[in-house]
Amino acid sequence: MKTRRQFIKITTVGAGAAALGLYSLKVSGLNLFESKKEEEPASDEEMTATPTYCEVCFWKCAGWTYVDKKGKIRKIIGNKEDPHSKGRLCPRGTGGIGMYYDNDRLKTPLIREMRKDGSQYFRKAGWSEALDKVAGKMKEVAGRYGPEAFGLFNHGTPGGHLEHLMRAYGSETNAEPAYAQCRGPRSAAYYATFGAFIGSPECTDIRDTRCMVLIGSHIGENMHNTQVQEMSAAIDHKATIITVDPRFSTAASKSTFWLPIKPATDIALILAWIHVLIYENIYNKEFVHKYTFGFDELKAHVKNMTPEWAYGITTIEPDLIRKTAREMAGFAPAVVIHPGRHVVWYGDDTQRERSLAILTALLGAWGKRGSLYLPEAVHLPRFPQPEYPKPKWGWKDLNERKFSLATMGITTEIMKASIPRYNYKHQIKAWLTGGTNLPLSMPDKKLFKEAAEAVEFIAVMDTMPMEVTGYADVVLPEATYLERYDFIRAAQNRIPNVALRMPAIKPRFDSKPAWWITKQIGERLGLHAYFNYDDYSEVIDWQLKQIGTSLEEMKTIGVKSFPRQSGPLYIGNGEDYEFNTNTGKVELYSTDFADAGFDPLPIYTPHPEPPQNFYRLIYGRAPMHTFSRTQNNHFLWDLMKENSVWVNPKVSSLWGLKDGQKVWLKNQDGITTSFPVKVRITERVRWDTVYMVHGFGHSDKKLTRAYGRGASDEEMITRVAEDPIMGGTGMRGNFITFIQENPEVKRKEDKA
Amino acid sequence: MRYAMAIDTKKCVGCADCVVACQTENNVPHGYSRDWIVENVAGTYPNLNMIFRSERCNQCNNAPCVRCCPTGASHIVEGGIVLVTHDDCIGCSACIEACPYDARYIHPDGYVDKCTFCIQRVDKGQNPACVDVCPTYSLHFGDLDDPNSAVSKALKGRSWYVLAPEAGTEPQLYYLT
Repeated sequence: MKTRRQFIKITTVGAGAAALGLYSLKVSGLNLFESKKEEEPASDEEMTATPTYCEVCFWKCAGWTYVDKKGKIRKIIGNKEDPHSKGRLCPRGTGGIGMYYDNDRLKTPLIREMRKDGSQYFRKAGWSEALDKVAGKMKEVAGRYGPEAFGLFNHGTPGGHLEHLMRAYGSETNAEPAYAQCRGPRSAAYYATFGAFIGSPECTDIRDTRCMVLIGSHIGENMHNTQVQEMSAAIDHKATIITVDPRFSTAASKSTFWLPIKPATDIALILAWIHVLIYENIYNKEFVHKYTFGFDELKAHVKNMTPEWAYGITTIEPDLIRKTAREMAGFAPAVVIHPGRHVVWYGDDTQRERSLAILTALLGAWGKRGSLYLPEAVHLPRFPQPEYPKPKWGWKDLNERKFSLATMGITTEIMKASIPRYNYKHQIKAWLTGGTNLPLSMPDKKLFKEAAEAVEFIAVMDTMPMEVTGYADVVLPEATYLERYDFIRAAQNRIPNVALRMPAIKPRFDSKPAWWITKQIGERLGLHAYFNYDDYSEVIDWQLKQIGTSLEEMKTIGVKSFPRQSGPLYIGNGEDYEFNTNTGKVELYSTDFADAGFDPLPIYTPHPEPPQNFYRLIYGRAPMHTFSRTQNNHFLWDLMKENSVWVNPKVSSLWGLKDGQKVWLKNQDGITTSFPVKVRITERVRWDTVYMVHGFGHSDKKLTRAYGRGASDEEMITRVAEDPIMGGTGMRGNFITFIQENPEVKRKEDKA
Repeated sequence: MRYAMAIDTKKCVGCADCVVACQTENNVPHGYSRDWIVENVAGTYPNLNMIFRSERCNQCNNAPCVRCCPTGASHIVEGGIVLVTHDDCIGCSACIEACPYDARYIHPDGYVDKCTFCIQRVDKGQNPACVDVCPTYSLHFGDLDDPNSAVSKALKGRSWYVLAPEAGTEPQLYYLT
C-alpha cells in the first residue's frame, strides 16, 4: 500500500503545477479550492458516448466509449444490443482506455539510420517522408522482383487495411500467426469433416447446451467473452462440463468431470471415447446414418482403441473414460464438443481436431440446439473499386509440394521463403507487418531473426513499440481503436449483425489510423481507384446504406441486427441437408485426406517425453491479458505485472525451490530465458509439466512497465513439430529445467 | 432498506473485470483498487477444489471503521452503505487497522478511500459498476428487505457464507457456494 510519503515523491516529479498546488493544500487540510471535482465519478449523462468495438483481442466486442466534458476518456462500457458482449466487456475491454493513455506509445514515424561506426538508431520522421520511403520501396520491389515478393504479416482490423493495400498493389503473399500458430488445424479438420469452418466467434451453442467438453480449452482464462458468459449460463442450468487438461484450469474447477490427462495424449482419449460410443452402441444413429460417410471404416479403425488401451497412454482410468462418454451420449445432440482455438500443440493437431469433429458427428452434435449452431454473417458489399490485380504467385505457391490442405498463409513458410538458403520456388524480399508482434508470437526465434535479417526492407505498423518494431526500417505509428474509423464488424453469429467503430477522441501524438496510412501509401503507388475516398467514414456510410442502415443511424445505436437469410439456426429433424464435402456427407472417413496422402482416420502417435530433470512446458492465457499485446497497459499491468512458472510441490521440493523465487528456465536445446521468472508452487499443475502464461518477458526497454517482467514462453519454444497437413507449428514439445543462479553472472565468473 | 451483495463463487472465474470497472467508474488512482480477487485452492493433485472470490468493503452493519473514526468521516448512510467524507478524513489510518477485511487504503490525496457500492449509481437506481460488468453474472446487488431484489433472489435457496463472521461485524457481502 502506498503511503503519504510516496504521494509527495510522486507529485514533486509531476508536471502539472497548478494541480499539485491544490493537492498539497488538500493534504494540509486547507480546502481553499474545490479541487476534487475531477476525481469524482462522472455521471453518464454528462459524457458523450461513442460506439466502438474492441481491439484488445479478436473477439471484437461492441461497446460505448465515454468521454467527459474535458475530453478525457473515462470508461468503456459494453453495448447491450451486441451479441458478442451482451453489454459486458471483459477486463481487457474495460481497461482498453489504457491503450490510449499509454505514454510509451509510438508517437511519430521512425526511420532506421546508421551512424558512421555502423551502429543503428531510429530517427524521428514526418509522415510524408516515412510514407514516401515505404511506397518507394514497394515500387522498387515491384519493379525488380514483382509485387508478389513483398510479403505481409497481419492480424486484426489494422492488418485488414494492410491486406487491402497489398492486394491492390498485387501481392497475396500474406500470413497471420492466427492460422499456423493458432487455429489452422481446426479449420483444416472441420472443413474436411463437415465442409464448414467453425469461424469466429465460434458457433458453440454453450448457452443451451446440456453437456460441454473442453479439451485444453480454458474458458475463463481465455476471456472469449460470449463463451465465458454462456459457460456461466450453462453452470446455472447445471449442464455437465467435462474438462480435459493436465492443469487444474479455472474451467476444470467449474467442471463436473476433470480428466487430468498426461500431456500429448489427447488423441488416445478421444479415440477411446469414440470406441465407447460405437461399441456400446450409444452413438446418435439417426444422425450417423442420415448424414455421415465412412462409419464402417471408423468402427473397424477404433476396434482395439478401448478405454483400457487409452488408460496406459493417458493415465485416465477406463471407468472415467466410459462414464464421460456415456454422459455425452445421454445428452446428445445437445453437446458442445469444443473445437478449441489455439490448437497447435504436437504437430498432429489437425488429426486431433479431426477426432473431435468425428466425436461431434457421432453425437449428432452439429446444427442442433445446444451443440454447434449454423452461424450467419451480414454480407457487406465492397466499396466500389476495380478488381484486385491477379498476382502471378501467392502464399499458396511458395513451396508447392507442402501443405496442400492449408486454407490460409503460413507464417513460417513466408519466413523460409525470405531466406535464400531454403531455396524456395519464390523468394520474398520485403515485409510489411501490422497488428502482430512476430518475435513474441512465433516459435523458433532463430528462424524469425534469420528471415528478418535476410529481407531488404521491413515496415511495421503498430500502436506500441513492440519487439517487432525493433526490426523495422520504417515504423508507422498507428492510432488506437478508440481514435479511428475502421472496417464495419460483420462477424458471424446466431443473428447476423454489424457493429460500428468510430473515433471517440482525436489520435494522440502523431499517430494515424490504418485506413489513412494505407490510403497514403496507395496514392503514392498510383492506386487511387482503390482508395477513392477522403475519409473512411464515406466507405462505412456507403456500405451501411447498401444493407439498409447508415452511418448516422449506427452512430446512435452502435450495433444493428438483421433477420437471418440462410434459414434456421439449427438443422430440422430428419431434414435433408447436404454438407459441403466431396461426398455431400459428414466425412468420418476423410476423402480429402486420403487423396492427399494423409491418414483418412486419425491415429494416436506417441510424442517425445521430457528427459530426466526436464519438464514439459505448456502455456496459456490469463483473463486480463491478450497475448503479448497488453502487458504495458496500466490497468492490466496493475492486475498482472508478470507471469510465473507453475511448479507442482513434488517438483519444487525436489529442486529446493521456494514460492516466489526467481529462476531462469533452460530448454532442451540449451536456450535460457532472457529474464528470470518467479516460481509459483501449486497443486494445479502435474509433476511432469510446468505452465506459464504466454506473452510476458518483453525485451523492448521502451515498454517501461512491461520490460523484463516475467519470462517469455516463446523463447523456450525452439523445437517446432510441424503439422504436415496444414503447416501448423506444434509448440508443446519443448522441455525446460530450472537454473537458480543468474546465468549472466555465472558466465562472467567463468570467463574471469 | 439494507443494500447487500451476493457473490457466486461457483461462477466467478477471477478475471478481475470488477476491479477495472470500479477503477474507471470511480476514477481510482493507478496502483490502487477498491475491490480485488482471492483465489482459494484446496487439495492435492488431482483431487482439487478451487474458488475465486471478488472481495471489497463488506458494508458492515456493525462497522469497526465507523466506531474508531476520530473525526466522524467514516459513517453509515441510508441503506447501510459505509462512506468516508473525504474532507473530514485526516488520514490517521485507524479505520484501516480496524477493518478485518483490509478493504481500505489511503488515497494519494491523503484521505481514506474504499468501495461505496457505487452510491452515485445506486442513488439513480443502477447497480454498482462491478455488478453490471461481470461477464459471468456472479455479482448480485440490491435491497435485502425487498424479496424481489436481485440479491434477495440470488440468496434464495442457495447456501452462503460471510467473511470473518467471528469479528462480529455483520458483513453484507454473501458468498454463494
